[in-house]
Amino acid sequence: MQGPLIETLVQQGVSRRTFLKYCATLASMMALPPAAGLAMAEAMAAAKRPSVIWLPFQECTGCTESITRSHSPTIEGMIFDMISLDYQETLMAAAGFQAEEARHNAMKENMGKYLLIIDGSIPLGVDGGYSCIGGRSNIDLLQEAAQGAAAIIAMGSCASYGGIPKANPNPTGAVSVSDLIKDKPIVNIPGCPPIPSVMTGVLAHYLTFGSLPELDDKGRPKAFYGETIHDRCYRRPFYDQGKFAKTFDDEGARQGWCLFELGCKGPVTYNACATVKWNGGTSWPVESGHGCLGCSEPDFWDAGSFYKPLSTPADPLKFVAAASVVGAVAGVAVSVANRAKKGAAKSAHETTTLADLEK
Amino acid sequence: MNELLFLTWVRGTGLNIAVGIFLLGVLWRLFEIYSLGRKPDLSAPRHASGASGLHTVFRRSLPPPGMLKRSPVSYIGGYIFHVGLAIVVFLFAPHILLITNLIGLSWPGLPSQVVDLAAVVTMAAMVVVLVDRINKPVKRFLSTFEDWFTWAVTFLPVLTGWMAVQHLLLPYTMMLAVHILSVEILLVVLPFTKLFHAFTLVGSRWYNGRVNGHKGVPV
Repeated sequence: MQGPLIETLVQQGVSRRTFLKYCATLASMMALPPAAGLAMAEAMAAAKRPSVIWLPFQECTGCTESITRSHSPTIEGMIFDMISLDYQETLMAAAGFQAEEARHNAMKENMGKYLLIIDGSIPLGVDGGYSCIGGRSNIDLLQEAAQGAAAIIAMGSCASYGGIPKANPNPTGAVSVSDLIKDKPIVNIPGCPPIPSVMTGVLAHYLTFGSLPELDDKGRPKAFYGETIHDRCYRRPFYDQGKFAKTFDDEGARQGWCLFELGCKGPVTYNACATVKWNGGTSWPVESGHGCLGCSEPDFWDAGSFYKPLSTPADPLKFVAAASVVGAVAGVAVSVANRAKKGAAKSAHETTTLADLEK
Repeated sequence: MNELLFLTWVRGTGLNIAVGIFLLGVLWRLFEIYSLGRKPDLSAPRHASGASGLHTVFRRSLPPPGMLKRSPVSYIGGYIFHVGLAIVVFLFAPHILLITNLIGLSWPGLPSQVVDLAAVVTMAAMVVVLVDRINKPVKRFLSTFEDWFTWAVTFLPVLTGWMAVQHLLLPYTMMLAVHILSVEILLVVLPFTKLFHAFTLVGSRWYNGRVNGHKGVPV
């Protein structure tokens, strides 16, 4: 293996073996054949650092925090350093016109080849005026940057599906990247925030094969979003046995029983948290004792309370009293009508006498 | 509307409407049926009716002599799918959770694999009963649209629920939403079709048993 990346890695003290192990893990995580690990290692080691432009729109910087903080000591973090991150407002030293210039230069020099990463949704209200950078609206910046991009990665639920800004009543008219850009390949990496390994996995796939990984119908890499949290959850056996924690501090919670009754949205959430975990494999929300919020699903903010079980009503039943009264009144009205009919028939009944028959 | 919002709709607005129509229909029909009244029977009772009413409620669930042999599918198939439905509806943990949430009552459930088996057996019995209805000329002749329709609205919730658990055909989220929707259709249809026997069964058997006792045929 030789090339710019492996040289930099060696300089940073990462051995060839460690790098190969990393690539093999990544390949198996993405359900690729074993040989793909080696192919990945070779391609990635030789890869020239591709230019990456990261544009933050209507977002909270949680996605950037997730990528940087939880990965800085790991090999993923180093791989991440190995790309040429030409524009990332939170991480770059440059500011103001200098920063804008860096973006322009990167776009011009790598026309048609750079990766565009977007985090945050794009507001369309008041001509995009809800979110501007350097005096230009998000939608304007996105359309300009998308033109020369080889592919777009929508990082986080906001860029993928609109996220919190799009939550009802969506005051800023927020939309996702794929709502606006139709002519470029887009990978959605939803999550609030998304898992760092998923991000590096997609990048590795792109560097190795020159293409984006296989996506599901919501534009997510199937390797990471192919199964629900519930199906891969280590607490699943308790669900099947009907053992549920009833509160966050009862005996069931202490025994690590299923959190379904506490509103866990694991059954309807497609993500890799249960297998990949967070913070270098330390833990993940359900392991820490809280149900899944469903943060990688579109419109999860509008899907009812986080603490209501999936099998119970999303809202209190509102029509029960009114419907009961109307039903009872209708029943009584019909019975009054029936009795009136019966009474009328009775009073209209004429008795037949012998005299009548002899007529 | 995406899958999750569809699911939220059936869990929210959809359920609201369905339960509303269900309650409206049930109360309407119960009031209507029980307020019809009967003319007082002035004849002297041939026999003190005693517990004939109560006995008949149970006796009508047993096949009269010879009938089990003549129509085994109706009796055995009917028993299996009714008991199966009861297990699936009332002993599956997420269902109990719904009932607890609605009316506050709670009881222990069965392991999901047992409920899964019950669902498969229930569906098999329902299919056998349907095939019997199609194959037997007399049953077919007596069947109206309502019979086919009520079979379908009863079968669909079991099928979609089982498919959701087994992750068949559609993604779980979508299948769960379809399952809940199918139950809502059942709730809306129930008060206005023969499925209302769930409410009238006991009352009508009791009435028949009592009248028969009065006429001198105690049971």
